[in-house]
Amino acid sequence: MSAGIRDKVAIVGMGCSRFGERFDCDLEDLLVEAFDEAIADAGIERTRIDAAWCGIAVPELSLGLSGTPVSVALRLPNIAVTRVENMCATGTEALRGAAYAVAAGACDVALAIGGEKLKDTGFGGLPDIGMGPKNDLFWPQISAPGAFAQLASAYQAKHGVSRDDIKRAIGHVSWKSHQNGALNAKAHLRKAVEMDTILNSPIIAEPLGLFDCCGVSDGAACAIVTTPEIARSLGRSGAFVTIKALQLANSNGREASHRSWDGSYFVTTREAARRAYAEAGIREPRDELDLLEVHDCFSITELATMEDLFVSPVGGAPKDILDGFFDRDGGLPCQSDGGLKCFGHPIGASGLRMAYEVYNQLLGRAGPRQLSSPTLGLTHNLGGFPHQNVCAVSILGLPGA
Amino acid sequence: MNDSLGITGFGAYIPRLRLDRAAVVAATSWADPGLRALGRGERSICDWDEDSVTLAVEAARDCLTGRPRNRISRVVHASTSAPFADRQSSAVVAAALGLDTGIAALDVAQSQRAGTSALLFALGSSQVSGTESLVVAAEHRRCKPGSNRELLYGDGAAALTLGKEGVVARVLGSASRTHDFVDHYRRALDGFDHDWEERWVRDEGYLKLVPPVIAEALRNAGVEASTIRHFVLPCIYSRVREAVAKEAGIAAEAVRDNLGAVCGETGTAHALLMLVATLEQAAAGERILVVGFGQGVDAIVLETTAQLQRLPARLGVRGHLLRRTAERNYTKFQSLNQIVQMNWGTRAEVDRKTAISAAYRNRDLLAMVGGRCTRCGTVQFPRSNLCVNPGCVAEHSQEAFPLAETTGRIASVTSDWLALSKHPPQRYGMIELDPGTKLMMQITADGGVEPAVGMPVRLQFRIKEIDPMREYQSYFWKASLDLPLAEKAS
Repeated sequence: MSAGIRDKVAIVGMGCSRFGERFDCDLEDLLVEAFDEAIADAGIERTRIDAAWCGIAVPELSLGLSGTPVSVALRLPNIAVTRVENMCATGTEALRGAAYAVAAGACDVALAIGGEKLKDTGFGGLPDIGMGPKNDLFWPQISAPGAFAQLASAYQAKHGVSRDDIKRAIGHVSWKSHQNGALNAKAHLRKAVEMDTILNSPIIAEPLGLFDCCGVSDGAACAIVTTPEIARSLGRSGAFVTIKALQLANSNGREASHRSWDGSYFVTTREAARRAYAEAGIREPRDELDLLEVHDCFSITELATMEDLFVSPVGGAPKDILDGFFDRDGGLPCQSDGGLKCFGHPIGASGLRMAYEVYNQLLGRAGPRQLSSPTLGLTHNLGGFPHQNVCAVSILGLPGA
Repeated sequence: MNDSLGITGFGAYIPRLRLDRAAVVAATSWADPGLRALGRGERSICDWDEDSVTLAVEAARDCLTGRPRNRISRVVHASTSAPFADRQSSAVVAAALGLDTGIAALDVAQSQRAGTSALLFALGSSQVSGTESLVVAAEHRRCKPGSNRELLYGDGAAALTLGKEGVVARVLGSASRTHDFVDHYRRALDGFDHDWEERWVRDEGYLKLVPPVIAEALRNAGVEASTIRHFVLPCIYSRVREAVAKEAGIAAEAVRDNLGAVCGETGTAHALLMLVATLEQAAAGERILVVGFGQGVDAIVLETTAQLQRLPARLGVRGHLLRRTAERNYTKFQSLNQIVQMNWGTRAEVDRKTAISAAYRNRDLLAMVGGRCTRCGTVQFPRSNLCVNPGCVAEHSQEAFPLAETTGRIASVTSDWLALSKHPPQRYGMIELDPGTKLMMQITADGGVEPAVGMPVRLQFRIKEIDPMREYQSYFWKASLDLPLAEKAS
């Protein structure tokens, strides 16, 4: 296996639009909002960008196919713009394209930008997207909350967890994210909520209630990457972040049709995490990492992910969660920005939004939710369903970390 | 007819949902107080994803319990409620059952007599060719709200195999007459039955037209009316069966229950359904007279054989009546039958086009045929180019492996109020099938209990979805809770 791209790529500028029901905006507007912040942060002219990767997962709802609409929206100078899509991991996929181009030496400066406009469907939740002519013949008509609710039933059965106990643990996951989201001016949902409200919310897909589900939002996020050498030449010595690891793992059908998977965890997260830790040289993630930004599309996903990232022991996530280990003042804060749950989930933007929070925390710019001197953070971005998905894990850190 | 020709197997299917007639009367008798007289008992109703094709497939599977399918040379489907006017139901049934393509198929329709006529036609074919026939009669009856038929009708299916090997009921003789007697009718494009006065139907129809045909059938069979042990005659009107029996010289005790209290009249399937219920209870050497009425009369005389007791156990009418979920919501019944259009919201406004070409290319899916790796033995669904076993990944190594008749258990599950369903919540989960494979499957909505991890399931053939733009409906298999019968009877 290749040694990877550890410390070969620096993030020198990031931007993120306000997430939410942006009925005032088209996706072009949201992309510009994020891009303007990133370019100002990097302190470069847009003409220094050599190539761009943009992530839009459902272009039918916003700009249509290809990278060209993004090139048009940002008036990029006829550079290569590639649209990428890997379901809800699309944002990290865009970052990966840009980072690999820099690491390969093909570009000096590359742009990763992702966004989604989901609130023009006229209904809540994600739209029903076909699986192709063959899969549509036998795949059940499922929803995202229903697919992830499977995880709860399998986890409960495997570890002998009662419905009340799982509801309390995942309830705390959402409670904590609401506490953090309330401190985030760009978050979709900015209100702290009581545990009772969470536990008594209407059921969407058993056992997941309304507060176990993340918001479906409009928004965009953006990163400008370059080499550490160029980053230093920009006069930002010490004030940039490097990519320590960037790994993706896709399902190969084993979870969906081989009996070796019991439905209680993510095969791909474990694989991507293992590879990311190896790439970043991390041995004890629970001790070495300072913050986590994970794909809490549903509270149960975050619970399982704590184990799949080897942060909690298998079967031990509920205890860690209820102990407050992942709270903002806990041992390993998770979702300090509110996560998908409260910051929101404009699909193509989410992976980059996670990186945005880690970047701001590492650079000490996180304002009222600033953690104490973090040096290494992890993002975990998941697309698809527990039984068939793509998982992206990145580890970002200060240059010396 | 030949002594050795007859029924070689039988099965039935009655939808699990049973509508309380009192609930119907409570909702409709404001318009017609006379309906209150019919407010006792319950009737079977289809879930939204059941139609006369899915009912027929289930009855055929029941019928084929323990019987090799490769003997079947023809499939006949009888129904007046086929989902397509121009797409052969019997062909869908044959495909779902995974029958060899080297068979004949025929749909019989447009009369309440179609079930018995299909039986006679298939008997004739089996007699001539010496090969086995599968006859299925199925009905999903949509009724006008507030009509007496809404209370009297039921949904269900019966299936018979006919041939010369392993005969459980020999055919002794038969007779048919045809009259354009219109007791009720439904135009091809109309939704509901129009009926004529009950007294006329009884006196000029059943009582005058049926007895002569019975007499002729008995003559052809060479048996006396008094020797008939079981008399099968469907009729929604009371006391008609008894009157016909008396007129024909058949003992009053021979008149079979028409399942009115527990199921309702299943249209063209009903003569065969009552026959199946009779065969389930009959001993060897008993004579059965089956009559079908509708634009004439069919009468068939049968005699059970010692082989009857040797048939492997099946659910049949009795078992399916025990598999029961009570339904008391009249509006839900109207919606399941698409008589009332509920507001399913903007989420329902999607294009659900089925690629018919892809469906044909992948027709193994419709028969629930997966693959078994000849290298490592791993069973998988669907069959794929590369084995899913991570320790194998052999290429082009899989042979066809039918999975429809396997049982399984729920490995993970949810009840989902967000996903679109015509019978919410949409229930689905990871289903582990006993041969060692699994897949995410929809779970039928008619189970009556909340599905949970570990619960046993069997598979059922159902409508997968209905394309609202093109009126095409696709079929696939769903998991159905398979709890012990005693738990569900109440």
